[in-house]
Amino acid sequence: MYELIQHLINGLASGTIYALVALGYTMVYGVLKLINFAHGDVMMVGVYVGYAVAFTLGKEHLGSVWSALLIFAVAMSACAALGFLIERFAYRPLRDKPRLTALITAIGISFAISYGFQFDVHGTIGGHELTLLPGAAARRFPEIIRPTQWLVLGDDDVIIWNWQVISFGIALSLMGALQYLVFRTRFGKAMRAVSHDHRVAALMGIPVDTIIAFTFMLGSALAAGAGILYAIKDKSIQPLMGVMVGLKAFVAAVIGGIGNLPGAVVGALLLGLCEEAVVGYGATALIPLLVLFLGVVAFEQWRRGGDRSKQVAVAGAQLTALLGFGWLIRNVNGSTWRDAVAFGFLIVVLLARPEGLFGRVQAEKV
Amino acid sequence: MSEPVTLGERVAREPMLVVKDLEVSYGAIKALRGISLTVGQGEVVALIGANGAGKTSTLRAVSGMVTPAKGTVTLRGENVTGVKAHQMVPRGMAHAPEGRGIFPNLTVQENLDLGAYLRRDTQGIADDAKRCFSLFPRLQERREQLAGTLSGGEQQMLAISRSLMSRPKLLLLDEPSLGLAPQVTQTIFRILREVNAEGMSILLVEQNAHLALELANWAYVLETGDIVMQGTGKALLASEEIRKAYLGE
Ligand SMILES: Nc1ncnc2c1ncn2[C@@H]1O[C@H](COP(=O)(O)OP(=O)(O)OP(=O)(O)O)[C@@H](O)[C@H]1O
Ligand SMILES: [Mg+2]
Repeated sequence: MYELIQHLINGLASGTIYALVALGYTMVYGVLKLINFAHGDVMMVGVYVGYAVAFTLGKEHLGSVWSALLIFAVAMSACAALGFLIERFAYRPLRDKPRLTALITAIGISFAISYGFQFDVHGTIGGHELTLLPGAAARRFPEIIRPTQWLVLGDDDVIIWNWQVISFGIALSLMGALQYLVFRTRFGKAMRAVSHDHRVAALMGIPVDTIIAFTFMLGSALAAGAGILYAIKDKSIQPLMGVMVGLKAFVAAVIGGIGNLPGAVVGALLLGLCEEAVVGYGATALIPLLVLFLGVVAFEQWRRGGDRSKQVAVAGAQLTALLGFGWLIRNVNGSTWRDAVAFGFLIVVLLARPEGLFGRVQAEKV
Repeated sequence: MSEPVTLGERVAREPMLVVKDLEVSYGAIKALRGISLTVGQGEVVALIGANGAGKTSTLRAVSGMVTPAKGTVTLRGENVTGVKAHQMVPRGMAHAPEGRGIFPNLTVQENLDLGAYLRRDTQGIADDAKRCFSLFPRLQERREQLAGTLSGGEQQMLAISRSLMSRPKLLLLDEPSLGLAPQVTQTIFRILREVNAEGMSILLVEQNAHLALELANWAYVLETGDIVMQGTGKALLASEEIRKAYLGE
């Protein structure tokens, strides 16, 4: 029993970090209909900025609330600026070009950042030895939040760490705040209008460029915050860390229905739990989860009605997905399972329910 | 380029909009070949012409949706050529674009709110929304519904209402009667007459040339990117050429 609870908690903890990254993903997708593949790498940059700040502060100053806040603030601002630059110079000129162009650019930026950071570049500025690019080697992320046990159950059977609680709280409140921003404020209304058609949005007097830039900055700042939480948990950082986290967050966003904020959080928590289930109980643990997931999808489909042939097609897709997923679980070996979970999920979702759990297929009249 | 044929006398007014030698190209395609037109304050000016003549392109260039290749656009004495679309709204322009352009992912009410995006007078906005609802009771019943679930005609009503929500001084309308039942078209033209009587200037692109010319103080006939004829609505309605080409008689 304790073991199960511990796994649940660990799963939720990593899920919340994916959730923060996924929120940025889904928000940018929401306004630009662009899958910003560089999002994970922006996160990585945030982590390194946080590392640099922590390093500059020195060990003796770490561990206090103020130093932690400072690290978060600097990293998040730096990433907001980076997000602004990426949008301004890479995506904005491509806004009216075919979407594939922007997508390929996003992948290019992702590579440029993650591989650029693997160079080891030092410089001397004003007599100070500075690291300009960190190099490929993994580094140990300092303890910017002193890990303490927030709650212990039984005989050290279940341990909940303070940073787990903090991440969970941050993720939930941010989700609420963003949901409020998007659906209850004037700015959010403008975001949703831009999301549908930025040219018509401009005719309402909405400053489209500003809205998009701000969304990018917000998403990038979120990524930086998430990245630091991730680094606190994982303790080790390296330039390619953003790629896998980014991809998983993307999967989470797709599971929830890309563009849907609560969907991103639910998708991310689900993903975190599934990964933990695999770590704890092996890949077979996923089968009941998958059956449950497909059951929900089938029920939703049935509830919505629609024609019989489409339902049959969905059922067929689900069966295929189930078989494919089973194959994946049997054939992917050892420690790589954990990562395979995310991609298995992506395949299942894309087959069984491309619009995601909470996505809506929008009927547009011409 | 020759001067367009002119029928009838134009009543002189203070200019609201002056377009001079406007050229618009889409890559190699020249949509407008240097047209000039004016809209006087309080005037309804109609722009008629066959499909692909350049009517929509004219409105787009005026409202800043496309940047003209040549020529100038002057709004109430200010040169606004190349000004971005969102900056035209605070200058008193509203453009209801071709194909409705409502936001299907927002509710009817939110669509109206966006029409008043730059306004801060909550009470005035609420009053104007009320007025739209009294004009189109259908919209009132569907206030909280997503606009994408409205019928085509209802979407058109919403698009017109939304364009009035910024209380523009100059309203650009691109085929407001498209896809509407005759009574609804009548309603819309009645509303245009009303807002015009209250002082709003209107530049109207309309397939239904008959209705447009009846309403218009002045009208321009566009043919493959050139203005070939202009005149009072009445005079054009009476013209043999127009009756043949645009009124299907
Ligand atoms: N975005 C675009 N890209 C390329 N060509 C365009 C574009 N928009 C319009 N055109 C071309 O410009 C010309 C004028 O088009 P425009 O839309 O202004 O015509 P219109 O008078 O509004 O026609 P309609 O009555 O069919 O709406 C047409 O030949 C059209 O094919
Ligand atoms: Mg047109």
